[in-house]
Amino acid sequence: MYKQSLGERMFNVSNASFITLLSLTMLLPFLHIVAKSLSSSEAIANGEVLFWPVGFTLDNFQYILQDSSIWRAFGISVLITVGGTLLNLIATASLAYPASRPEFKAKKLILLMVLFTMIFSAPLIPSFLLIKSLGMIDTLWALVLPGLISAFNFFIMRTFFMNIPSTIIDAARVDGLGEMGILFRIVLPLSKPTLATLGIFYGVAHWNSYQNALYFINDPRLYPLQVKLRQMIVTDELSASQGADAYAMMFSSPEGIQMATIVFATLPILLLYPFLQKYFVKGSMLGSVKE
Amino acid sequence: MEDTNTVLQEQKPIVNLKKKKLPVNENKSNEPKRFESTVAHLKKYKMLYIISIPGILYFIIFKYIPLLGSIIAFKDYNIFQGIMESSWVGLKHFQALFENPDSLRIVSNTLLLSFYDMLLFPAPLILALLLNELRLVIYKKIIQTIIYMPHFLSWVIISGIFIGVLSPSTGIVNQFIQWLGSEPIYFMGSEVFIRPILVFSNVWQSIGWGTIIYLAALTGINPELYEAAKVDGANRWKQTLHITLPAILPTFSILFLLSIGNFLDLGFERVYTFLNPLNQQNGAILDTYIYEVGLQQAQYSFTTAIGILKSIVGLILIMIANFISKRLTGTSLY
Repeated sequence: MYKQSLGERMFNVSNASFITLLSLTMLLPFLHIVAKSLSSSEAIANGEVLFWPVGFTLDNFQYILQDSSIWRAFGISVLITVGGTLLNLIATASLAYPASRPEFKAKKLILLMVLFTMIFSAPLIPSFLLIKSLGMIDTLWALVLPGLISAFNFFIMRTFFMNIPSTIIDAARVDGLGEMGILFRIVLPLSKPTLATLGIFYGVAHWNSYQNALYFINDPRLYPLQVKLRQMIVTDELSASQGADAYAMMFSSPEGIQMATIVFATLPILLLYPFLQKYFVKGSMLGSVKE
Repeated sequence: MEDTNTVLQEQKPIVNLKKKKLPVNENKSNEPKRFESTVAHLKKYKMLYIISIPGILYFIIFKYIPLLGSIIAFKDYNIFQGIMESSWVGLKHFQALFENPDSLRIVSNTLLLSFYDMLLFPAPLILALLLNELRLVIYKKIIQTIIYMPHFLSWVIISGIFIGVLSPSTGIVNQFIQWLGSEPIYFMGSEVFIRPILVFSNVWQSIGWGTIIYLAALTGINPELYEAAKVDGANRWKQTLHITLPAILPTFSILFLLSIGNFLDLGFERVYTFLNPLNQQNGAILDTYIYEVGLQQAQYSFTTAIGILKSIVGLILIMIANFISKRLTGTSLY
C-alpha cells in the first residue's frame, strides 16, 4: 500500500465533510417537517421545534385523517396512479412493439412522428381547448389521457423490444401464435424488468402530478392529493402573511396540520423508496452509457 | 437528463437499421411483383398494423391537433365561433406581446432564472467527481440514497417543505437567524429572495439525481489508465484533470446541449408552487404568465402567441449550440 500524503488526507476529510453537509441539507428539512407535524401547536408557534417533536401529539394527524376530503383526494390519486399507469404501459407497449419489428413498414414514420413531439410541443391553450372540446374537463380522463404515451418511455421500451431475438418471435409465429399472442405471451413476459421500471416512471409522475389537475379540474370532489395539499399550504401561507400572531392564537395550529399533510402525501413515496430507487437508477441508465 | 437517454439510444438503432436493410433491398429490386408482395405482406402482418393504431391516434389527437390549433395565435379566438371560424388578425398578438407592459418583466425573469440554472448546470458533475473520490463504499451508498430522494417528491411537497423551513415565525432558518440576534426574515414574502429560492430549490431537487449519469460514465473508464498514471507519478488531482474529466466531457456536452434546447422551459410546477402575491413581481415566468393570463383570464390567442415564440426561441438556441459544439468538440446531437 502506498502512503497517503498530508494533502491527500486533508482533501479526503474536507471532501467527506462537504458531502455530509450537503446531504444534511436534504435530510434535515424532512426531519424538521416531521417534527413539526408531531408537535403541539403552542410549541410550533413559539418556534421551539427543531428536529425533534416538542410536546408530542398526534392531533395533527388525527385531524387530517378525519377530514373526508383528504381521504377522497388520496383515493383519486391512488386511482389515477394505478389505473393511469396500467393504461400507460399497455398503450406504450402496443405502439413500441410494432415499432420494434423489422417487418413493420411504417416504423420509420412512427419514430419520426414521436420524435417530432419531443422537439415541438403544443402550447398550453390549444391543448386546453382540445381537452375542453373532447368534454374531458372535470373528468379523471383529463388526468390520464393527455400523457398516455411518453415519447421518452416509448423509446426505452422499443429499444428493449428490439433486443429480444427475432428467432423467438419467428418460432412463435411458426407455432401459430398471432401478433397479439406474441406481444402478451412472449414479448411482455420477457420485458418484466423494463415494464417495472417504466411503470415506476409513469406511476411516480402520476402521483406527483399537479399541473394537469390545475388546468383541467375545477370540481373540488375530483381534486387529487397534490392539489388538495397545495390548497392547504396556500391558505396557511396567506394567513401567515396577514399576521403570524393571529393564527398562532388559534386552537389547532394550521401549520402543524399542513406539515402533517405533507408527511401524509410523502409517506407512500418514502415507503416505496428503496424499491423505487433500485428501478429508477436502472432506468435512468438504460441505454445512456455506451459500452 | 431524461431526453439524453433517448437521443443516445435513438442513434444506435437507426444506424443498425440502415446497415441491415441495404443488401436486402438490392436483392429485391429484381423482383417484378412488388405490388402483390405488398398486399401479401399487409395480410400476413395485419395485426402489427392494427396494434399500432391506438398509439398513432393518441399522438395525432393529443399532440398534433393542438399543434395545429396553435393557429389561434394568428386569429382572434372566440369561444362561440371556434378555432376555424374566428377571424384572422395576422401578427396582432405578437405585436401586443412587445407592447405589453408585463412582457419585459416576465421575459427578464425567465431569462435570468434560466441563466442562473445554466450557471449551476455543472453542479451535478462536480458532485459526481467528489462522490467518486469517497473511499468508503458503504458511506457513499448512504449518501447516494439521501441525495436521490428529493427527486421523487412533487413540487407541491418541495415548496411546502421550503415554506415550512423558511417560515418567518416558526421555520428553522429564522430560528437560527434569531439565535444570531437578528430580526426574522419573511423569505417567501419578498421579491428579493424569490429568485435565489427558485434556483436553490431546483438544485436541491435535482443535484443528486443528476450525478447518476456521470457516475455511470465514470465506472466506464478503464482502470488501467489510472494505474499507468500512478506509475508516472500523477497524484489524484492530476488523474482527475487528465483522465476523468476528458472521459466524461462527451456526456457533459450532450447533456448541456439538450438543456440549452429547454432553456426557456423552466417548468411550470417548479415555479408556480413557490409564487404568491408578494413575490410575483420577480418570480413570475412565461409559463406561469401563460397560465394566469391565458387560462384564468381567457386571453387564448395572446398566450398561444407567447407559447409559439417560446418554442421558436428554444429551437434556434439548440441549433446554435449544436453548431458551436460540433465545431469545438465534435460532439453534436444530430
